[in-house]
Amino acid sequence: MIEVKDLHKGFGDVKVLKGISTTFHPGETSLIIGQSGSGKTVFLKSLIGLHIPESGTISFDGRINTNFTTEAKRAWRQEIGMVFQGSALFDSQTVEENVMFPLKMFTNNSQKEMLDRVNFVLDRVNLSNANTKFPAELSGGMQKRVAIARAIVMNPKYLFCDEPNSGLDPQTAIVIDNLIQEITAEYKITTVINTHDMNSVMEIGEKIVFLKNGTKAWEGSKNEIFKTDNEAIVDFVYSSNLFKKVRQAYLNETK
Amino acid sequence: MNYLEHIGKYCMMLGQVFKMPQRPRVFREALFKDIEELGLKSLGIIMFISFFIGGVIALQTALNLDDPLIPDSLIGFAAKRSIILEFAPTFCSIILAGKVGSYIASSIGTMRVTEQIDALEVMGINSLNHLVLPKIIATVIFYPFLICLGMILGIFGGWLAGILSGLFTGTDYIIGIQSDFQPFLLVYAMIKTLVFAFLISTVPSYHGYYVKGGSLAVGKASTQAVVWTTVLIVIANYFLTQMLLT
Repeated sequence: MIEVKDLHKGFGDVKVLKGISTTFHPGETSLIIGQSGSGKTVFLKSLIGLHIPESGTISFDGRINTNFTTEAKRAWRQEIGMVFQGSALFDSQTVEENVMFPLKMFTNNSQKEMLDRVNFVLDRVNLSNANTKFPAELSGGMQKRVAIARAIVMNPKYLFCDEPNSGLDPQTAIVIDNLIQEITAEYKITTVINTHDMNSVMEIGEKIVFLKNGTKAWEGSKNEIFKTDNEAIVDFVYSSNLFKKVRQAYLNETK
Repeated sequence: MNYLEHIGKYCMMLGQVFKMPQRPRVFREALFKDIEELGLKSLGIIMFISFFIGGVIALQTALNLDDPLIPDSLIGFAAKRSIILEFAPTFCSIILAGKVGSYIASSIGTMRVTEQIDALEVMGINSLNHLVLPKIIATVIFYPFLICLGMILGIFGGWLAGILSGLFTGTDYIIGIQSDFQPFLLVYAMIKTLVFAFLISTVPSYHGYYVKGGSLAVGKASTQAVVWTTVLIVIANYFLTQMLLT
């Protein structure tokens, strides 16, 4: 479980996060949504330790990350899997080498054991027979799958995804969403996804945190998002006419 | 940002770079890869340029020493000194600063803007140590061989140019090469090579690692890396010559 308490972060005079508190649970897919500039990326980067908060705490199963010793921090890092917006695969390495990289860095497994694990996670993300390909030879969706495989190869307790659907067509986006949700439930991972994609919100949003101007403006699940009266979240999620009609139809149906 | 800030940041970067590699086997793989990328792939250009510049140095010397009172062996002697003292260590290093420096800055810069460095950091890897240390070791180990090869080919190119042009005989040239041989000059050339190799690997790494923005910024960083590496090589060359030869 990840517990965030009164998180503040700024850059110079600009205050980006202004006291965010929330909790993310294992086996649950949590989504952070909000407009551009609302502080989503800074929030996610603070969670994974790339930004140091000015005040407030982030605790991982009771361990506050800013109190870690160097060794504890290294061990904690190995519990984290991260899928970056642009996949962030190492260009000079093949798919197999990319996925094997964390194993090489942090385990003493034999080459065969590492290869078995790599093949297992590549199968899990439905990407067999791509071991020898380089990232540049893969489609956007396949790159995302490799990034997910690399993120879960160490059996992480916490999985973070920064806009995993950006640049993908709607069908592939849903496949990636479902894959993340399946893996989260299967391995009881605490998953936090930063997204703009409203399809993702409706598809896999077991918990949704809506940020506005650096504060938490709303929190709930995908089912609650239909019924909420919170103007900020309604304006954001149902900004298109189509979604407004869908919401109205849903509300009429459930009256 | 002023120069002092850059120097401070560069020194702090080196502090992170010079730490024990987290995984020796991963470091070894990266080292061999960098020896290939930064060293072996530069062999062709260094061999080609050394051979022809050596020839030009010998021809120019011969044409400017057109006096019956000056022995032809002086051509070989002058060519040897020019090649060992300046051409091979300094001129070749400047060429390498262009070729290798732009490669290092653009490859690390691209890793920065495509979040590959963030990915390393999230995994708990010291990205500076992982990316830059193998490059420093690769250049410091390999460039002395590369520069020695440049010296040999430069001197050979001078000999061949004399034979083909008929401006001096091969025998005179070899007598000049053999006369007044001072081993310290080779030591001096090697010391310069090691310093330049360090600059060629670290200055572009600095420019690439701290790049901000997109592909345009990577291009600018690459250009800046080449310019600054060249400037620092020239300045270091002056001070090393002053310290070691005067």
